[in-house]
Amino acid sequence: MADHADTLAVEFRNIDKAFYGVKANDNVNFELRRGEVHALLGENGAGKSTLCSILAGLYRPDAGEFLYEGKPTVFKTPKDALAAGVGMVYQHFRLVSNLTVAENLALGHPKLGIRISQSELEEEARQLGDEYGLPVDPSARVWQLSVGEQQRVEILKLLYRNAKVLILDEPTAVLTPQEAQQLFKTMRQMAEEGRSVIFVSHKLHEVKQVSDRVTVLRQGTTVGGADTADAEPRDLARMMVGRDLELPTRDENLDIGGPMLTVDSLRVDGDRGLEAVRGVTFEVNAGEVLGICGVSGNGQRELAYGLVGLRIPTSGTVHLDGEDVTNLTVADRIDKGFAYVPQSRLGMGLAPGLTTEDNLGLKAYRKPPYSNGPMLAAGVFKEKGGQWITEYDIRGVRPGLPIRLLSGGNLQKALLAREVELQPKALIARSPTRGLDVGATEAVRNLVLAERAKGTAVLLISEDLDELLALSDRVLVLYEGQVAGRMPADEATPERLGLLMAGQKEEAI
Amino acid sequence: MNESTLILTLFAAIGLGTPLVFGTIGEIITERAGNLNLGVQGMMLVGAVAGFWATYNTESLLLGVIIAMIAGSLFSVIHAFASVTLRVSQIVSGLALTIFGTGLSSFLGEAGSEPLVGEPSKATFEPILEGGLADIPVIGPLIFGHDILVYISWLTVAAASFYLFRTRMGLSLRAVGEDPASAESAGVNVSRVRYIHIMIGGALSGIAGAYYSLALVPTWQNEPIGAAGWIAIALVILASWRPWRALFAAYLFGAAERVQFTLQTMGEPWSNVPSSLLAMLPFILAIIAMIVLTSGKRARFLGAPAALGLPYFREQR
Repeated sequence: MADHADTLAVEFRNIDKAFYGVKANDNVNFELRRGEVHALLGENGAGKSTLCSILAGLYRPDAGEFLYEGKPTVFKTPKDALAAGVGMVYQHFRLVSNLTVAENLALGHPKLGIRISQSELEEEARQLGDEYGLPVDPSARVWQLSVGEQQRVEILKLLYRNAKVLILDEPTAVLTPQEAQQLFKTMRQMAEEGRSVIFVSHKLHEVKQVSDRVTVLRQGTTVGGADTADAEPRDLARMMVGRDLELPTRDENLDIGGPMLTVDSLRVDGDRGLEAVRGVTFEVNAGEVLGICGVSGNGQRELAYGLVGLRIPTSGTVHLDGEDVTNLTVADRIDKGFAYVPQSRLGMGLAPGLTTEDNLGLKAYRKPPYSNGPMLAAGVFKEKGGQWITEYDIRGVRPGLPIRLLSGGNLQKALLAREVELQPKALIARSPTRGLDVGATEAVRNLVLAERAKGTAVLLISEDLDELLALSDRVLVLYEGQVAGRMPADEATPERLGLLMAGQKEEAI
Repeated sequence: MNESTLILTLFAAIGLGTPLVFGTIGEIITERAGNLNLGVQGMMLVGAVAGFWATYNTESLLLGVIIAMIAGSLFSVIHAFASVTLRVSQIVSGLALTIFGTGLSSFLGEAGSEPLVGEPSKATFEPILEGGLADIPVIGPLIFGHDILVYISWLTVAAASFYLFRTRMGLSLRAVGEDPASAESAGVNVSRVRYIHIMIGGALSGIAGAYYSLALVPTWQNEPIGAAGWIAIALVILASWRPWRALFAAYLFGAAERVQFTLQTMGEPWSNVPSSLLAMLPFILAIIAMIVLTSGKRARFLGAPAALGLPYFREQR
């Protein structure tokens, strides 16, 4: 027993957790040793995040045993978990963006006195950052930092509290390949010191590279585990998905037409009044996918806003099919043939409280047959909506209930159905498969590729390099609001794009 | 306007502004924790009647103020329970608090066999220094000529500023107001922080109310505070959630109030203007100041807590 307690940091036995009757964890077993990097592998929705949230004290299990350092434990709140030495870096960072880095480290720390000194805090933060290869300016406010830097702050926060178990939930999703390598070094360093690191991912090559052991989850249960060194990536993939799988990629034999969407020296302001898009020029041809990559926050959002009219550019021009649309309103641009798939499906893409049918009619409703003058034709919403729900295989729709109850994949299918049915000349899509499971990713990719085949100019803005390379004909890298490089997709590799995304000049590569 | 009129105006501005200082600081602290409490008017009225009652029965000003604070604070628990524990809309809960508090203070003023209404207070706040320092020209009256609560209000402003920006609890409170989910995952108890600071807001509103019933109009009358509770909420925005600016915003409003009183007594041509129009002056000034100071590019630097007005659900997915 003593030996057992000595090697195991965490043990989960037969854990169940349900949300509103849906089982997110169903009989999950998991063991974490001291001083190891343990990968938790699984599809979106496989229950990885739920399991981690139980460990971090955010959720409580409905059933099952949880042993921490050999003793049965219940963490009632994240505070309990932190006090015991368990901390988590969430996918959506838990940083207070208006506070400084040092203040975020100090927040809620039990050992601080009543009075706090900014300068002492900053000094401590700087030392800790140097020690672990996580450099970040402690006096900066979090909103001023890049996503990669914010992640470092999250890890520093846990180290500052001397966490013994660190859970990193898909940490590499927001990093360039080079930043990911640096993170892996830090993870190994932490493991060597005797800390345990849980590395949540669905990227097999990363799991293979950094972890000691791996546990695979599928549909809420543990389906297997292995020492990483003995595990074949192909076997892990099959365990994770439950079948062999090939995601769709673009057909290279299709013809590409002439320029459809032409952007010249475009400048667009960011939220805080600073210029976010600083003179960007490109064109997208009919029947072509242009992929835009970059670390998030390098002007992608503002570029999309400038194109669809959510923000009027300060200078430069946008032409669609030869027509100047630079200063048109959003509604006018929709009429001219712009379709937009925003990053947040429920925030900007769909009206969460309306029904699926109403949402599907939300762009066409100004015109017949959806409306006649001021009167809406409710029958048309129902009829067309029902037709598209079948055609686009949108599942889980119940009459009269709001669309927000659908899963992410079905939301995205509904959103794409509405946009594509406008018969657009240009489709602008931001991270369309983010957070979707493999089946939904497949469906969404096929929809995007079908638009390309129809001769639509597609602008695909994404941080997922694998996806960009699979779908795009050409790739353009944005760095600090400017074009850092552009190339045909055949010549692009994740490494080459990663360097450009990090601001290195092409000549230096 | 000669020098003495100017000094009189400034002096009166401090007096009229003092309850607004307390009310505004209280609401700043509450809002910094992410809770919008529109019940300030109600809490002030409850504090006013409770403080007046306590002093009426004990002849002690100290007890009056303490009871007013306790009353305001306990009364604010209704809003805390509704908006934090039950997650009722903060707007609805705060408005209900104001409506309830207004009725309750009128009722308490008229209830019983010896109603308070029309009775003068048994003790009132007076300037603490007579002669000496207070006789120095100009700065004498402006700095040394006030009653004790004015000085306490200055201390409150300094203390609030220190608390918000230099202490661990202040950091937790600001974090909860900006991003409760992040604060909680850093180990801060969001509900407790909100409860405590709603109650501190209630206590300060209670003092504000007592300042009306024990210093400015020391005879019990129905709704002695005018619209002070609403003004305090507006001044929070004008002060952009910063304590020191609240002090100046409150005095600016106090000065406007005084000027309109003065204008009403100045004879021609002002006597031709209906007094109700002049009485609107301070409010118009407040609106203009708010528009000028908070519009356009300045809005970005305002510093409204990002989670202001939002209930917090932990297991929301």
